[in-house]
Amino acid sequence: MLNWLAWLPENAAVGGAEIDGLLRLIYTLTLAWAVLTLGAIGFCLVRYRRRPGRRARYVTGERPAEVAWVLVPVAVVLGLDLWIDVRGAPVWRRAKLERPAAEVVIQVTGRQFNWEVVYPGPDGRFGTDDDRRFLDEIHVPAGVPVRLVLDSRDVIHSLFLPHLRVKQDVVPGRTLETWFQATRPGAYELPCAELCGLGHSGMKGWLHVHPPEEYARWVREQWS
Amino acid sequence: MGQGAVVVTTARAHGPAQSWVSRVFSTDHKTIGKQYLALGVFWAVVGGLLAGAMRWQLAWPDGRVPGLGEIGPDTYNMLVTMHGTIMVFFVAMPILLGAFGNFLIPLMIGARDMAFPRLNMLSVWTFALASLVLLASFFVPGGAASAGWTAYPPLSARPDYSGVEWGLNLWILALALEFASFLMGGVNYLTTAMALRAPGMTFFRLPMLVWQQLTAATLFLLSVGPLIAGAVMLLLDRTLGTGFYAPELGGDPLLWQHLFWFFGHPEVYVIFLPALGIVLEILPVFSRKPLFAYRWIVWATVTAGALSFVVWAHHMFQSGMDPRLAMPFSVTTILISVPFAFIVFCMIATLWGGALRFDPPMLWALGFLTMFIVGGLTGIFNGSAPADIYLRNTYFVVAHFHYTLFSAVVFGGFAGLYFWFPKMFGRLLPARLGTLHFWLTLVAFNVTFFPMHHLGLAGMVRRIANPLQYDLLVPYQWVNVVATLGALGLLGAQVAFVAAVVQALITGRRAPANPWEANTLEWAAPSPPLHLNWGARVPIVHRGPYEYSRPDQPTDWLPQHAAAAPAGR
Repeated sequence: MLNWLAWLPENAAVGGAEIDGLLRLIYTLTLAWAVLTLGAIGFCLVRYRRRPGRRARYVTGERPAEVAWVLVPVAVVLGLDLWIDVRGAPVWRRAKLERPAAEVVIQVTGRQFNWEVVYPGPDGRFGTDDDRRFLDEIHVPAGVPVRLVLDSRDVIHSLFLPHLRVKQDVVPGRTLETWFQATRPGAYELPCAELCGLGHSGMKGWLHVHPPEEYARWVREQWS
Repeated sequence: MGQGAVVVTTARAHGPAQSWVSRVFSTDHKTIGKQYLALGVFWAVVGGLLAGAMRWQLAWPDGRVPGLGEIGPDTYNMLVTMHGTIMVFFVAMPILLGAFGNFLIPLMIGARDMAFPRLNMLSVWTFALASLVLLASFFVPGGAASAGWTAYPPLSARPDYSGVEWGLNLWILALALEFASFLMGGVNYLTTAMALRAPGMTFFRLPMLVWQQLTAATLFLLSVGPLIAGAVMLLLDRTLGTGFYAPELGGDPLLWQHLFWFFGHPEVYVIFLPALGIVLEILPVFSRKPLFAYRWIVWATVTAGALSFVVWAHHMFQSGMDPRLAMPFSVTTILISVPFAFIVFCMIATLWGGALRFDPPMLWALGFLTMFIVGGLTGIFNGSAPADIYLRNTYFVVAHFHYTLFSAVVFGGFAGLYFWFPKMFGRLLPARLGTLHFWLTLVAFNVTFFPMHHLGLAGMVRRIANPLQYDLLVPYQWVNVVATLGALGLLGAQVAFVAAVVQALITGRRAPANPWEANTLEWAAPSPPLHLNWGARVPIVHRGPYEYSRPDQPTDWLPQHAAAAPAGR
């Protein structure tokens, strides 16, 4: 029960390892603080419980020398907090700000209560005759960056790929993007993570990650 | 401002011969506080039962929920929405601000009543009207609101998206009335604390609860304006078909999220600070020790309040706002943890070297402290934008805000009730039942909410009615069952509180004026205090509120109003 990170679904993306590493860092630091602070409280409760004949110490804590007992741990907290952000900034940048040249670009449109998936076809352009549409299933090859172009027809949805550590809200009226590079072939669940109405519960799709040659075969079958 | 004016107006409304009308429609701050308490407790029962139904559904999604039958997704969305709305706006605010603020601020500062007693009465009756409207929204065709307590448009902005027509309009109306009510209350709190302090009650002799209430009232006054503007636009979108949030009409759904969270994050502290204030009152009394670093805590509170206005977008890391904004908001979020870390360490330092008594108020205060530490630490996960990619809208977040807000409302609220019940109702609560109530609640709380961290990490998203629809979650269904058993235990544990109150009111011992040997002014008044609080003269304040265990005193307490110290140096 105490090793929280064991509960994450097994990571299947290049960027996922970074996010897991960050979660592990935060987990380690916060667990240490939980033990320290709760331990200090537990110590006080036992050591300083009321006993006849002993009075509490009169300490106001207003003098700088006294406050220092509190300010020093606060400074440590601040330092560790900033460390978490310093470690996190590049993770965020790679996940959300960088757009690697993607071989595979797919349009995913949320609607009550499905994911519409559109492939541009051999011409590489959306809105042409060779587009192919799928409902609630995305097929991608492993080992290459994949870019998803996101939109919504109605309300806000949120594209969540737990195994790939990807989440991005899908907002009507805006074209947003996200990307990932899968490492392991497999079928990964794709729940909607934002309350979107009656069918929110159960609104999900599947991401099928294929080995490259299998993906090439799938592409040939679709556009033959 | 003279106190005489207050005496005259309220004395006329409440002569010695009180009819039931003048008791119900009272301008007395103590009666108004109890009215807020009664309304808050009513809603706590409703909100708790809604949560129980949700948990039942999540544990056994294919079965029937007792009392409700089979729950469809429409009902479930309604349960989620109304549970959140009720607990934040109709339980936390009326109990922590309305009840404790009204009852305690005038007593603690040595005033005879609020600065504007009639405005105060209007405030509680406006809240009663808000309650009525919210209650009515359950019974209109289409049912109550179901777009989440955050009501994100476009889902909330067009009736055909959520399937709810009048329920959501009434939801907006109820919130508008509630905001008006607490605006009136906030103005009153601030004016009262500035204008009606007893002689000698300087700002740095104010009990910490008053500081926390004032900061909360200020945050509410400053943050609610944008949300009111946003709510008006939402209502217009729904009723007149304007397109403030409709992209096809040139509107923007994210506008609402900015307005909502600009209010919503300070609102977290509007709830949290009064609870913190309660606990900061209790710790010194039961440690028999001065509150550690009183003035520093005041400044830390004000700092946290100011920072709470620049963290709102941490609720929106994955919302589609410019991703370059995430790291700055991540940094401000981390900065706001600093004043709270400071206050937590000061609380521990207050215990250090004390002579601790473990009466029920102290147990609840310690429950607040320890559970808030857990919630504060999990906040570090959520505050990191890249970690939030995975965690956002999962049960990890649900676990986090229940460890913070549940600890504020329930542990903080019960700490205050057990502490001031003798003052409010003139009877002592039975300590044994109070202790039992605490331990049952603490255990059941952790059984309910601790496993939610694990469910969230396993990938369970919020606001789903049936975890078994997700292959990912099927192996973890037993965890949902555990959480539900905890929740049922949590509801059941409250029977101990009901029993304690019933026993106190029927056979309980009469409370002396100062049962806990505490220093603040409210304990100088009789239990319960008479109308206008003080006899002929208001008390005169000689010192700060936490002068416990002074070495130059024979007793280990020295009330604020006690004249010069008897034993010489």
